[in-house]
Amino acid sequence: MTRYVMAADLRRCVGCQTCTAACRQANATPPGVQWRTVLDMETGEFPEVKRAFVPVGCMHCSEPPCMEVCPSTATRKRDDGLVTIDYELCIGCGYCAVACPYQARHIVHRATFAYGAQATQSEAVRFDQKRLSVATKCTFCRERIDEAKERGLKPGVDPDVTPACVNSCIAGALTFGDRDDPESAVSRLLAETLHFRMHEELGTDPGMYYIWDRKSDQ
Amino acid sequence: MIRIAPWLQTNWDWRAAGNFICGGTGAGVLIFAAIAPVPGSAYRLLATIGMAFVATGLFCVWLEIGRPFRAINVFRQPQMSWMSRESLVAPLLFASGIAATWLGGGALGWIAAVFAAAFLYCQARMLRAAKGIPTWRAPRIVPLMLFTGLAEGTGLMLMLAAFPSGNAPSGWLQGILIVLVVARGLAWHFYRVQLEGNGVPSRAFDVLRAIHTPMSVLGLWGPLLLLLIASSFAAATWIAAIAGLCALGSGWLLKFTVITRAAYNQGFAVPRLPVRGAGGPGPAVKPGWH
Repeated sequence: MTRYVMAADLRRCVGCQTCTAACRQANATPPGVQWRTVLDMETGEFPEVKRAFVPVGCMHCSEPPCMEVCPSTATRKRDDGLVTIDYELCIGCGYCAVACPYQARHIVHRATFAYGAQATQSEAVRFDQKRLSVATKCTFCRERIDEAKERGLKPGVDPDVTPACVNSCIAGALTFGDRDDPESAVSRLLAETLHFRMHEELGTDPGMYYIWDRKSDQ
Repeated sequence: MIRIAPWLQTNWDWRAAGNFICGGTGAGVLIFAAIAPVPGSAYRLLATIGMAFVATGLFCVWLEIGRPFRAINVFRQPQMSWMSRESLVAPLLFASGIAATWLGGGALGWIAAVFAAAFLYCQARMLRAAKGIPTWRAPRIVPLMLFTGLAEGTGLMLMLAAFPSGNAPSGWLQGILIVLVVARGLAWHFYRVQLEGNGVPSRAFDVLRAIHTPMSVLGLWGPLLLLLIASSFAAATWIAAIAGLCALGSGWLLKFTVITRAAYNQGFAVPRLPVRGAGGPGPAVKPGWH
């Protein structure tokens, strides 16, 4: 089996939002819609202040609550762990958006562009009517992963078939790969480090791991 | 600005609340119209009103969805989705309800009542399944939604009973409403206790706390007092009708508040902050929680 997951090394992330920009560029999301973004978390009082940058987006859960509630079967989970949305089936009821505990889903009802109502040349070319009034979210750059088999490449290793956010990360904080392959970079990294998953107590079995320290025996 | 603490969801607004408000009330009316000892003519009126409410609620949802001309796709996943199940029960409710109305109640009225109960249950489970909203996913939202739907339906019937053409048995309904407002009051209490125990976004809790007084006065003690007075006065049906109005209004207030104003999402949280440089890991961060 294959289970594609992502690991975010919180020790490395500098909050530069390059992944956010890369995602928007790769997926042509409209203003206000960020499938990948980085939270800036600060806690404590001077001089005991802690700060962390936490990339978030769709966690591609194994038990996706969005899929469970979807009345139209538009949301599905693939055998490789990717949670997908069929824009032709989605009715835009928003039930998945309220079921997702990661706030990862977006519904936009009107076409909006970076500089107002008028699309730039690039936006006009990439505008997709199908995405209006339906749920959208991070796809783990599904098109790239689907190309991997055809081209004999490996997601998480070869940049052409790896999500745009991972490719763009200047700090090497994002790692992508097959969790079920013990030799994949992501599996090896997770074996060496201490990590958690967000809102794990809700039973969603999310596919995004957050690394916070090395294991003490390393 | 990227938010971290829970914020109010905007995907479901008054239109979604309209479905729960009208659907619950309509289902309550259909259930008690079948159970109550009413003549055929009264059943026809009550069942028609009940179905009109359910239809209005579904129309509200239709207004809400982004792609209304694909609404037929809502039926595609009854094996998992409570929204699909609600949608599948609705035509059965209308078919049996229309037939029962035609025949003046009887066995078909009971069948319509069963589908109305199923419809109400689906609505309650829809909220329970929305894992992203802490005030909805609490298991005790289910009895709360069931009891308030039944209390609203009974309240509406008591209001109708005050009119000469109503023909609904006010005395019988008064007894039912006493039981239901007490049951709803208890469900409301235990729901809030569960939210406090499990944790809830602070602002959601504040919103719910703000309606506690109207829920107690209009939703419980007011109707109980009015029904007590009604039991010993000549103008009993009118006093009982006011009690019904209180039960109905408080139920609508509850649903509107829970669905549109207390619907804060999960927000973001981490169980610990990472090790950076020479320092150790930081504490958990979960802002905006009670």
